[in-house]
Amino acid sequence: MLTAEERQEIEAELAHYPTREAVCIDAMKIVQRHRGWVSDESIRDIAELLEMSAADLDGVATFYNLIFRKPVGRHVIMVCNSVSCWIMGYERIREHLTARLGIEFGETSPDGRFTLLPIVCLGACDHAPAMLVDNELHVDLDPERIDRVLEECK
Amino acid sequence: MTVAAEKPLTAAIRSDGEVLGLREYEQTGGYQALKKALGEMTPQSVQEEVKKSGLRGRGGAGFPTGMKWSFVPVGPDAPRPRYVIANADEMEPGTFKDRYLMEGNPHQLIEGLILAGYAIQADVAFIFIRGEYKLAQERLAKAIAEAYAAGHLGKNILRSAFSLEMILHVSAGRYMCGEETGLLNALEGKRANPRSKPPFPPVAGVWGKPTIINNVETLVNVPHIIAKGFAWYQGLSRSRDPGTKIYGASGKVKRPGLWELPMGTPLGEILEEHAGGMRDGLKFRGVLPGGASTDFLVQEHLGVPMDFLEVQKAGSRLGTGTMIVLDDHTCPVGMVSNLIQFFAQESCGWCTPCWSGLNWAKQILAAMEEGRGKSGDLEKLQFQTKFLAPGNTFCALAPGAAEPLQSALKYFRDDFERHIREQRCPWRA
Repeated sequence: MLTAEERQEIEAELAHYPTREAVCIDAMKIVQRHRGWVSDESIRDIAELLEMSAADLDGVATFYNLIFRKPVGRHVIMVCNSVSCWIMGYERIREHLTARLGIEFGETSPDGRFTLLPIVCLGACDHAPAMLVDNELHVDLDPERIDRVLEECK
Repeated sequence: MTVAAEKPLTAAIRSDGEVLGLREYEQTGGYQALKKALGEMTPQSVQEEVKKSGLRGRGGAGFPTGMKWSFVPVGPDAPRPRYVIANADEMEPGTFKDRYLMEGNPHQLIEGLILAGYAIQADVAFIFIRGEYKLAQERLAKAIAEAYAAGHLGKNILRSAFSLEMILHVSAGRYMCGEETGLLNALEGKRANPRSKPPFPPVAGVWGKPTIINNVETLVNVPHIIAKGFAWYQGLSRSRDPGTKIYGASGKVKRPGLWELPMGTPLGEILEEHAGGMRDGLKFRGVLPGGASTDFLVQEHLGVPMDFLEVQKAGSRLGTGTMIVLDDHTCPVGMVSNLIQFFAQESCGWCTPCWSGLNWAKQILAAMEEGRGKSGDLEKLQFQTKFLAPGNTFCALAPGAAEPLQSALKYFRDDFERHIREQRCPWRA
């Protein structure tokens, strides 16, 4: 079931759009902000609230890479793997992260601390390589800088 | 150039990374164009001024902005509401100019968007921004609130008859959302597949209503054109395409970055004088002049003025004007493999040449990089560039993907052949 708070936030969005369906991506982001991810149950609840079919909503959910349909760790690391970062040493960054965290792309560490994902160009190409940690941008990456950022993540 | 060139779009942006608030923007002449337009100009004359300025879209396609606006049906029977959208879904690999413009001076975009809205008599404006641009979102949200409080948005703007609501719409990922009709579907809460054209968005866009979609850099030009006039705007340029352009460079140059320069500044001048040339010990091999979906240019093209026509004559596209530089210590096959991997991943799956062709090309290139290239691979890749060409798909993703591939096959053919012959990537130890 959606919480009263989630429902209220979703309904506030409805005022900006002429259809209920238009709010569905925002609605999933609202639920994800509260719960970390979007479960099958949440898909059904949001679909019902917005008068959509759950199948249609899941079709939308699985299209957008910033909607998580599986649980993620407390911290989500997204490493840019697009061309400028690739030229500037993305592979070394990836190797360092996977070795350090003991997980590959798409995986969550056993202690639930980190999820590691690739991401497309972050628009920080003049300071490549770049990554997002919990949506905060980190640039000019090297192994030392990555280690410092990871230490901040409890 | 001996005279310091004007930089209307970026001169006010602070070098310490702090944002310009409403008052600071107004101190640099901000919202004067809006006052002028609402006080002295009809929507038609705003359109005319932009049309005469010759401003062309800065998102990649280069369509004339004033002409796009003129396709919106007008008159008492014309459909309403009308929508105007800033495309802030910057996701073209190697492109980082719109983020800089939004983070540094969000009010400049808001004013440009209000003026575009006035020109087509829109009712609602959206800023469609990618989910990853958190700082730009925060700064835009604050700036929109300031603009409402100052009477620049909402009902009867500056006590005129014109009203406009503005909504910041934060997206949830995928390159396809930057494609005009994919963006419309995303805004409606659907998968961002492209739509069949015609009808074009100015006639039937979001929720079937007339909709204008302009890139961020395009829109930030508009206040300056309205404030200072089309003749001044044309004088900023070094070529037949008017205005300034935000050029950028990434890759192994000495000083990667962004520079607002007169439109038509030569490629080599940008790379040498502004980007500082190649890093020590490295040689220039080629460049994607305007993001991932443009054809490589090489040494012989360094004199090409970076404007729409001249880059096209050289066999590529101005695109976003942000260049990705290939050096001689980086494998061109690996670079193309990375690009095609991106396009294959971001294909929405709507059109067969795109999802099938790009995945095929991706597999061939990855195998080549891993030392499993086969004779006949280059012919297969060459075939794919025809299969992905314009006219075979609903949108420009596949044709855009074909551009770096086809030009790499032309300029770096020896490197591809060497991968197959030696059964390895010569750049990997």
